[in-house]
Amino acid sequence: MASQPLQSVPAEPSLARHEPSPEDAARRDAEGQAYFDKVMAEDSRIEPRDWMPPAYRKTLLRQISQHAHSEIIGMQPEANWISRAPSLKRKAILMAKVQDEAGHGLYLYSAAETLGQPRDQMMQDLMDGKAKYSSIFNYPARTWADMGAIGWMVDGAAIANQVPLCRASFGPYGRAMVRVCKEESFHQRQGFEILLELSHGTPEQKQMAQDAVNRWYAPALMMFGPPDDDSPNSKQSMAWNIKRFSNDELRNRFVGMMMEQVKVLGLTLPDKDIRFNEETKKWEHGPLDWAEFHEVLAGRGPCNAQRLERRREAHQNGAWVREAAAAYAEKQSRKQAEKVSAA
Amino acid sequence: MSTTPETAVSSEETGGHGDISVGVSGAGASGDGTASATRITPGNALRPEDIALAVSRGAAKPSEDVAEFALRLGDDALILAQRLGHWISRAPELEEDVALGNIALDELGHARSLLSYAGGLDGRSEDDLAYLRREHEFRSAALFEQPNGDFAVTIARQFVVSYYQFELYRRLTSSTDSTLAGIAAKAVKEVDYHRDHSAQWVLRLALGTDESRQRMIHAFKVIWPFVDELFRDDELTGRLSEAGAAPQPSSLREDFDRLTGEVLAEAELEVPNVQPTPGGGRRGLHSEHLGYILAEMQVLAREYPGASW
Repeated sequence: MASQPLQSVPAEPSLARHEPSPEDAARRDAEGQAYFDKVMAEDSRIEPRDWMPPAYRKTLLRQISQHAHSEIIGMQPEANWISRAPSLKRKAILMAKVQDEAGHGLYLYSAAETLGQPRDQMMQDLMDGKAKYSSIFNYPARTWADMGAIGWMVDGAAIANQVPLCRASFGPYGRAMVRVCKEESFHQRQGFEILLELSHGTPEQKQMAQDAVNRWYAPALMMFGPPDDDSPNSKQSMAWNIKRFSNDELRNRFVGMMMEQVKVLGLTLPDKDIRFNEETKKWEHGPLDWAEFHEVLAGRGPCNAQRLERRREAHQNGAWVREAAAAYAEKQSRKQAEKVSAA
Repeated sequence: MSTTPETAVSSEETGGHGDISVGVSGAGASGDGTASATRITPGNALRPEDIALAVSRGAAKPSEDVAEFALRLGDDALILAQRLGHWISRAPELEEDVALGNIALDELGHARSLLSYAGGLDGRSEDDLAYLRREHEFRSAALFEQPNGDFAVTIARQFVVSYYQFELYRRLTSSTDSTLAGIAAKAVKEVDYHRDHSAQWVLRLALGTDESRQRMIHAFKVIWPFVDELFRDDELTGRLSEAGAAPQPSSLREDFDRLTGEVLAEAELEVPNVQPTPGGGRRGLHSEHLGYILAEMQVLAREYPGASW
């Protein structure tokens, strides 16, 4: 075994006719683990058919499906303004953006499915309240300026979080993130553009923009997750090359970015404690209300009930359509089989 | 204007994507059409911004008749886009959120082009026309404002619309009005996909389960009374037809009947035996639905008169 290069070990023994013996299984696990460790050490990629530690699979499945759910639930606050978008160009951009989010959801569910769970099951877990999604979407989109603030801050925070995920050790996730990030940067720009237009508009429009920035600022910062000393899973995710930077690290970078851009907008961030620490060379921000974060996470946010109910309603209303499509497909394949056997 | 605070996460990480700078050159308050986020269109197809620019420079100007005709078609597409947009985040499958969103976007794009051109007559913008006209000034036919209903009703409406628009745009590609022809050339390709989408669903719903078949049959009954209005000629279409600018609506009927008939036959459905409504949308006489659609669509623009967005 000594000089032989380690090779990928398949997750399932492909030609096994019966249950592998405990010794075989143990050997496969050991070989799989060795290959996995090598991939981690080389900062290379694990693919769906490779052996992987059960905890790694579970962590990824949880993270990717939560990410997909966030895209799907995240469609709602913005869909809320499609019918009232104040110009046709804005309407078109907003529609395209919400449509992108559905696409991201599909993409991410597909990546998660490679880990062995069907999309239907993930959707069911979401509707049953068993699966989480980003808490930010449990806040209401009250005014048109929220479309700007969501794009600029929420999508901005998402990008800061997700760009490092393009290098995630699990291949399908990393590749999905490349495309998602490209579209997200476009979303962030359109949000910035909405706010810029408003802040250069009438005093009422500028006030609308400032109010939206005030409301979305803290929830956007909390999107990076709890502070590092209260984030138990981060360390393992970093060891597995899924996560590359700590929550606080990403949050601080994001604050710095906001500080630059808010000046161009002619608006302010509702945090008098933001400063650049010359010693650590890092941006710092004021205290965040983590009690509120945990309340919303626990299901007691302003829109938790509404968001889930909308998802359930759409799913239930669509049941007969999905059944029809499945029945039609089945009839077609039966017809095809009859044709073949008659010939 | 250039607003380029280059503060991306870090250059080694962005690697050409995930850029969180906002360096949209010429974007935002400048109102420069070339910076539009909706600019990316495959090929050399006409974009709404191109038409608005051509109109403002005087390079394109519709005749009074063409402007009125563009208003009809633009309003059809706008009102339908408004209806379809409601499905986004409510569709039976994620794939359908994407598909219906896409069709809505296509229709909205056609509306923007057509309204931009129609406004060229008296200097009104697409937004002036969409947001500041009253109900009786809209020229859409009744079909487009019909409520979404269940998925079957939406599909029945889309099926009729797509086959009608395809025949219309196909002929308009050879219009003597080159702008109209250009808009139609882009639209006809997109509407062809809409035909495919709706026909596929008509088959699935009609031949799927008992429930879906009943719903599909019911949906066509709900929608079919509004079909006739689409194919009625009037003085305007007569003059446009004379001038070679647009076909008479009645001349589209045969192809429409034949092609929809083929799909209905495959779906084992019959053309519903229902009475046509008198219509009147082309003269500004609408159903009771349009007022609500406009109230929602126009609320912000009317709440802040003169504001730009």
